[in-house]
Amino acid sequence: MNNFLNLSNSLNNYIILASILFAIGIIGVLVRKNIIIMFMSIELMLNAINLLMVAFSVHHGDPQGQVFVFFIMAVAAAEITVGLAILVMIYRNTGSVSIDALKKLKW
Amino acid sequence: MNSVWLIPLLPLLGFLIIGLFSRFLSKTAVGVIGSGVIGASFVVVLTYLFPALNGTLAVTSPGFDWITTGKLNISFQFLIDPLSVLMMSIITGVGFLIHVYSAGYMHEDDGFKRYFAYLNLFVFSMLLLVMGDNYVVMFAGWEGVGFCSYMLIGFWFKKDEYNNAAKKAFIMNRIGDLGFLLGMLLIFVTFGTLTYTEIFSQISDPNTSIIQENAGVITIITLLLFIGATGKSAQIPLYTWLPDAMAGPTPVSALIHAATMVTAGIYMIVRSNILYSLAPETLEVIQIIGLATAIFAATIGLVQNDIKKVLAYSTVSQLGFMFFALGLGAYTTAMFHLATHAFFKALLFLGSGSVIHAMGGEQDIRKMGGLKKYLPVTYWTFLIGSMAIAGIPGFAGFFSKDQILAHAYEHSTLLWTLALIAALMTAFYMFRLVFLTFFGEFRGTEHQKSHLHESPAIMTIPLAILAFMSVIAGWVGLPPAIADMLGVTADKFGGFLSNVIYPVNNDTAHHALSHAMEWALMGISTIAVLSVIAFAYVTYVSKSVRPTKEGEHAGLSNMLYNKYYIDELYHAIIVKPLNWLSGQVYTLLEVKVIDNFVNAWGKGVNSGSKSLRFVQSGNLSFYLFLMVIGIILILLFNSSII
Repeated sequence: MNNFLNLSNSLNNYIILASILFAIGIIGVLVRKNIIIMFMSIELMLNAINLLMVAFSVHHGDPQGQVFVFFIMAVAAAEITVGLAILVMIYRNTGSVSIDALKKLKW
Repeated sequence: MNSVWLIPLLPLLGFLIIGLFSRFLSKTAVGVIGSGVIGASFVVVLTYLFPALNGTLAVTSPGFDWITTGKLNISFQFLIDPLSVLMMSIITGVGFLIHVYSAGYMHEDDGFKRYFAYLNLFVFSMLLLVMGDNYVVMFAGWEGVGFCSYMLIGFWFKKDEYNNAAKKAFIMNRIGDLGFLLGMLLIFVTFGTLTYTEIFSQISDPNTSIIQENAGVITIITLLLFIGATGKSAQIPLYTWLPDAMAGPTPVSALIHAATMVTAGIYMIVRSNILYSLAPETLEVIQIIGLATAIFAATIGLVQNDIKKVLAYSTVSQLGFMFFALGLGAYTTAMFHLATHAFFKALLFLGSGSVIHAMGGEQDIRKMGGLKKYLPVTYWTFLIGSMAIAGIPGFAGFFSKDQILAHAYEHSTLLWTLALIAALMTAFYMFRLVFLTFFGEFRGTEHQKSHLHESPAIMTIPLAILAFMSVIAGWVGLPPAIADMLGVTADKFGGFLSNVIYPVNNDTAHHALSHAMEWALMGISTIAVLSVIAFAYVTYVSKSVRPTKEGEHAGLSNMLYNKYYIDELYHAIIVKPLNWLSGQVYTLLEVKVIDNFVNAWGKGVNSGSKSLRFVQSGNLSFYLFLMVIGIILILLFNSSII
C-alpha cells in the first residue's frame, strides 16, 4: 500500500487536519443553538476520528483501522436516522429547532 | 440418658407446649399439661429423695461442656447431693400443689394459658438454679426466676400500678444481681474456676496457702454474694419490692414470693457455706441484717390491713430469721426453717387466695370477718398454717424456730431476746389476721355476703395436703431434749445435710446446751407465744377492736402503717436525684450537644445541596460544556500522573 500512496512523511498533516476538524466540531456543539447545526458538528467530530483512523491504519500497514471505519460509518448512519427523527418530533412539539426550547428538565 | 435431665426438662417442655400451642389447647388441657409436667418432675425427684434419705444417694454431676475459652472452662453440669435434692423436692412438690390450686383459682382468667406457661418456665429456672454445679448455671437460673417473677407480678398488665410493682421488683433484683455477678468474677479471679466442688476442694486442701493469701478477698466475695442474696431474698436494704410483688396472682405469691424464689439467696449461701465460714466478718453482717429485717418487717406487719401485705411482711421477716440463722453459722437450721416455711407460708398464701376468691377479689381484712362458717376448710387449714408460723409446739414452725432460737442463745442472750421478740410479733400479727378474717361478724357488703362460698375441691385439696405437711414437717428436726425423751435421733434433718456442710475448725463450733436449758428456752417461748395469741384474741375477738381507719393513724402506728416511710425515703434519696440528673443530662447533653451535632449534619447536607442544585439549569449547552471540561481534565490528570 505504501507504493500506492506514500503518506509516511505527511502523517502529521493528517493528525493536524483531524484535530482541527474535531475542534471545530466541539466548538460547534458548544456554541451553536440550532440542533441541526449541532448534529452536523457531531458528525464532523466523528469523521475527524475516521480520518485519523484511516491515516494511522495506512501508517502502520494494518487494514483493521479501515475496516473499523466502515463500521463506524454504518452505525453513524443509523444514529443519524434516529437523531433526525427525534429532531422532527422536537420541531413538531415546540415549533423550533433551537436547543433552548428544551430547558424544562431542571431544578 | 440420666433421669436427672428429666427433672428440669419436663417443666421446660410444658412451657414450650403451652407457650407455642396454647391456641390449639383447651383450658383443661393446659391445666393438665401444666400441672402434669411438674407432677412428673416431682416423681423423678422422689427417686432421688428416697436414696438421699437413706444416705445411699450417689453424689453425681452429669452434664456437658458449655463454655470453653482460654482459662475459662464452664460445664453445664448438675450437682445432685442432699442439698439440691431437698430444694428440688420443695420446688416440684410445693410447686405441683400450687399448680393444681392455680388451675382452680385462675380458671376464670383470660390469661389462664399464659399464666401456666410462665409458671412452668419459672419452675424450670428455679430447678436450674438449685441443680447447677457451678455459679454460672446458678446465675442463669437466678436470672430466669427474676424474669418469671417480673412477668408474673405484672401478670395483669392492664393496671399501671401492677406494672410499676413488676418493674420495682426487677430493678431491685438487678441491683442485687450486680453484686452476685461481681462476686462470681472475683471467685473466678481468685480460684480460677466457678465449679463448687473445685473451689471448695481448693480451700479445704491442707497444703494450700490460698486462705492465708486471700483472707480479705474471701470476705469481699462473700459480701458481694450476700448483696445478691439481699436482692433476691428481700432483705434490708433491698426488701421493698417483695410487699409490692403481691400485685401478682395469689398462687404466684405463694410459689415465687414465699416458698421458692425468695429462698434462693439462702440456698446460695448454704451452698457456699465453706466460703462464709472463712469470713466471720460477713457472718456478723448477715446476722445483723437478718435479725434487723426480721424485727423491722414484723413491726410493719403488725398494722397492715391487706391480707396479702401482712403475709408479705411476714415472709420478709421469716427470711430475715433464716439469714439470722445463717449468720450464726447454723446452715442446716436455716435450711430447716426454709423447708418448713415453704410449707406453711405456701399454705397461708393459698388460704388467703381462697379467702380472696370467696370475697370476689377483696383483700382488705377490715371488710372481712366471720368467714369461719362460710369457709370451713380454708379456716382450719389457715389456722394450722398460722399455728405453724407462730410456733405452737408440735407444728413445723415450732421446731425450726426453736432451733434458731437455741443457736441464738448459744451466742448471746441479747440475740435470743431480740429473735424472740420478732417471733412474738409474728404470732401476734398472724393471729390478728386470723381473728379479723375468720371471727366476729361479717363486715363486707350484702352482695359479697351472698356470694361467700367454699372454694372447689381442686383448691381445698392442696390446702389440706400443705396443712398436713405443716404439721408433720417439723418432726424431722427434733431438738436433742425432746429426741432423748422419745428415744429417737435428734435433728435428723441436720444429719441429712451434714455432708454438704463443710466442717469448720474455729471457735464458732457447737457447744451444746444442756437439756434443762433447752426445756427452759422452749417453755419460755411457748408461754410467750400463747400469751401473745391470747392477747390478740382478747383484743380482736372479745373486745372487737377494729383496725384504725385510713388516715386516722397517729404516732408510732402511723409510722408503721406507712412502712417507716422507707419507700418515700428511697424515692427522695435515689429516685429523685436520678430523675434530676437524667433531666439535666437530657437538657444539657442530649438536646444541646448531641441533638445539635446530629442536626448539623442534616442541615449541612441540606444547605449544600440547595446551593449546588442551581447547576442543574436545564441548559444542554452548559452540560455539554461541563462534560468537555471534565474529559479534558481527566486527560490532563492522567497524562500528568503517567
